[in-house]
Amino acid sequence: MLSSQPSSEEVKSPEIGLLGWLRWIWRQLTSMRTALILLLLLAAAAVPGSVFPQRSADPNGVTAYFKANPALAPVLDKIQLFDVYTSAWFSAIYILLFISLIGCVLPRTVAHSRALRQPPVQTPRNLKRMPAYQAVEPTGKKTQDALLAKAHVLLKKQGYRVALEGDSSNGSVSAERGYLRETGNLVFHLSLIGVLIAVGVGGGLSYSGQRVLVEGESFVNNLAGYDSFSPGTFFDESHLVPFSVRLDKFEVDFYRDQTLKNKANAGTPTDFRAFVTTTLGSTGEQSAGRVRVNEPLAMPNANVYLTGNGYAPSITIRDASGQVVYSGATPFLPQDANYTSLGVIKVTDVPKQYGIISFFYPTVGTLESGALTSLYPDAAIPLLSMNIYQGDLGINDGEPKNVFALDVENMTQIAGGKSGVKGLRLQLGETVKLPKDLGTVTFDGLKRFASLDVSYNPGGVWVLIFALLSLAGVTTSLLVPRRRVWVRKTETGFEVAALARGDDPVLERVVSELIAELAPNKKASKKVAKSAASPKQKVEDE
Amino acid sequence: MNSITLNADLAAISRLVVEGAMLVYTFAFLAFALHLSQLASTKKSVRAGASRLERVGIALLALAAIIHGVGVVLRGISASRVPWANMYEFSITGSFIVVAIFLIALTIKDIRLLATFVAGFNLLILGTADTIFYVAVKSLMPALQSYWLVIHVLVAVLATAFFNIAAGLSIAYIFKTAKWVKASKLKGVATFRRILALFPKEDKLERLAYRFNIIGFILWTFTLIAGAIWAERAWHRYWGWDTKEVWTFIIWTIYAGYLHANATRGWSGKRSAWLGIVGFVAILFNFTVVNLFFKGLHVYSGLK
Ligand code: HEM
Repeated sequence: MLSSQPSSEEVKSPEIGLLGWLRWIWRQLTSMRTALILLLLLAAAAVPGSVFPQRSADPNGVTAYFKANPALAPVLDKIQLFDVYTSAWFSAIYILLFISLIGCVLPRTVAHSRALRQPPVQTPRNLKRMPAYQAVEPTGKKTQDALLAKAHVLLKKQGYRVALEGDSSNGSVSAERGYLRETGNLVFHLSLIGVLIAVGVGGGLSYSGQRVLVEGESFVNNLAGYDSFSPGTFFDESHLVPFSVRLDKFEVDFYRDQTLKNKANAGTPTDFRAFVTTTLGSTGEQSAGRVRVNEPLAMPNANVYLTGNGYAPSITIRDASGQVVYSGATPFLPQDANYTSLGVIKVTDVPKQYGIISFFYPTVGTLESGALTSLYPDAAIPLLSMNIYQGDLGINDGEPKNVFALDVENMTQIAGGKSGVKGLRLQLGETVKLPKDLGTVTFDGLKRFASLDVSYNPGGVWVLIFALLSLAGVTTSLLVPRRRVWVRKTETGFEVAALARGDDPVLERVVSELIAELAPNKKASKKVAKSAASPKQKVEDE
Repeated sequence: MNSITLNADLAAISRLVVEGAMLVYTFAFLAFALHLSQLASTKKSVRAGASRLERVGIALLALAAIIHGVGVVLRGISASRVPWANMYEFSITGSFIVVAIFLIALTIKDIRLLATFVAGFNLLILGTADTIFYVAVKSLMPALQSYWLVIHVLVAVLATAFFNIAAGLSIAYIFKTAKWVKASKLKGVATFRRILALFPKEDKLERLAYRFNIIGFILWTFTLIAGAIWAERAWHRYWGWDTKEVWTFIIWTIYAGYLHANATRGWSGKRSAWLGIVGFVAILFNFTVVNLFFKGLHVYSGLK
């Protein structure tokens, strides 16, 4: 079966040293054993990627790891343990594996397409040596005369490819079925190549961008429209089809426990819905849409996914003269299941900059320690608490700053903590005075925000097609039995033998059933007690 | 949309029923263990009486399976959805499918001697589920509200059950072919050897394991593909090397190696049996350690 395994060329002449070596290497690389070892290596090499945080899946985890293990992390990074699946060693294994695969499967494809056009092999001289064998004699003349023609018809009907050998008075029928097994195997292996190519090309052309939208806000599908963006290697901004998305309304359902029987489940979110209006750049055509978890919204060359949500309290800050210095709905990051949320407000349009670190509690409650907490994720008793820091916000040095963080190291706390001034607390609609005569802050209203992810991978559908092909291939290959069956006339009766190529649970039964049909009234005499040969024929033995 | 009704009382009943099934599994396990020890006896009269005990064991196992099945169904009804959305439910459903497949296979193939293994394994899984993994019925988080939960997880459970039975057969094969078992003069090992002698022949064990494994592999391939389709819907990419995805891939690759080993000279037999066992250990690892201790998107254990 493996034509890449010529065995007669063991003796190499010294003149063709280089060529001989190359051939030897090629033969090793395309052997079953190498394929097996590379597969196991690949499995082992994938393990560290689940132990160490990976840049692709968990960049924050990598940063945290560097912080926690400053000495070890750079060493691990050198050997690419934070990028296992794009590392040189992981790539080397799968590239070798696929070279081996191609070198192994192509010759087999050629051999198989040839075998498909040839008649079944000649009937072996000694059928008794086959794993399944029975003989019937004597059978009587009538049965014997009709035997071969009948066997021919019967086997053909059962989907065998059949050849009649010799003449009808003294000959045999040779039959083979299950060519589909090898076809399935080849389709499986070839489809794996398809999967690999589709993954590679698709990944290169793909992109994904993230954007946080508060109710009422919108964004445009271009690079500037995203908070963060990760393009594939072949990505070009021209791939982005112009459209815009506005978040009209965001709805959440929380499980309500009227009966108080399922306390553990109270407040569990049961549905998130983002209602959006999309506008196509080319035609200006507007349409309403909805995004849910598991239900992305399809746009041209893009899918819009819902990946997160939270509260965005509307806050207005006025200076002592009543002038508005800050206004807007600011997204607060949820910190726990009850949506205790953290937000940062940076006030820059004032003589002395200050920043606010604020917690939002949708349904506020007090812990025994006196600290505030949220008891329920829906906004039943909303409350904002604020600590205020004065000093340089670091906005002007040009570096992009995380909008959800405030570096307070070089700032002075003027409200909350040990500042001597109590932190501020605001209920919905309330206005409170800021310390140091800075003015007032108002909690005007409450909105929600949605984190959207816009992704596109043109390779996905091809990956799926090849994956399904390989599933069909492997199923066929593993479940379709391939076997040869022979029926031969003997002096007074006949014999039937069968040989499986690969696993075949019903080999013995095939022989008995064929006999029962060929000679309905006779009992098979010589039953070979030996059970079928080893479960799998060794490919390399062939 | 908020029409899910959870029934905590029914969930409590379901838990009791499952615990009842554990009790019956215990009796079945004892019956099988006793049966094996009788078979291993050197006295002929003791051996002769053993087959009745085995029939009792099978009947107990079937009874346990029925009670177990009722517990699983009640759990599903109490949550108004499929009973496999967290580790507890995955465990009780998965172990039920193991015993169901075993009992069905028993009508086709004589694998009675595996019954001890199946009863013991289910007892262990249910015990762990009941004591460590138990969580009250909860509604599904939005990411799990998808028909892919039904398809992807159900097929994964099925694949696991097939791999599980195959692993049992491979373990028997390994013991049967082990040199120290064959050669040892210790009395305990000799008894063990007599028990092993009752199992099907080595090549038959190998072939049976292979057949369970190929079904498992086809189902696992489907699980992997279905998982990728679901991930594309829920996590905006079909593959991202999330820890769970990594282990699904590792398991798939190990079993691909197993299938190759069966067709490679020098690798069939013991080595391939070991690969089958390693593959199943990886599955158990994926389900326990990866679920509980590794960081990732698949946080559905329901445990904090
Ligand atoms: C990406 C790498 C590979 C994977 C995942 C893989 C997987 C598989 C699987 C699952 C099977 C069993 C199902 C079937 O028979 O169709 C199989 C069989 C087979 N593979 Fe591969 N394979 C890979 C590479 C290779 C290579 C490099 C070779 C050649 C050296 C090869 C040769 C074979 C052969 C000859 C069989 C048939 C064995 C039999 O008769 O059961 N495979 N492979």
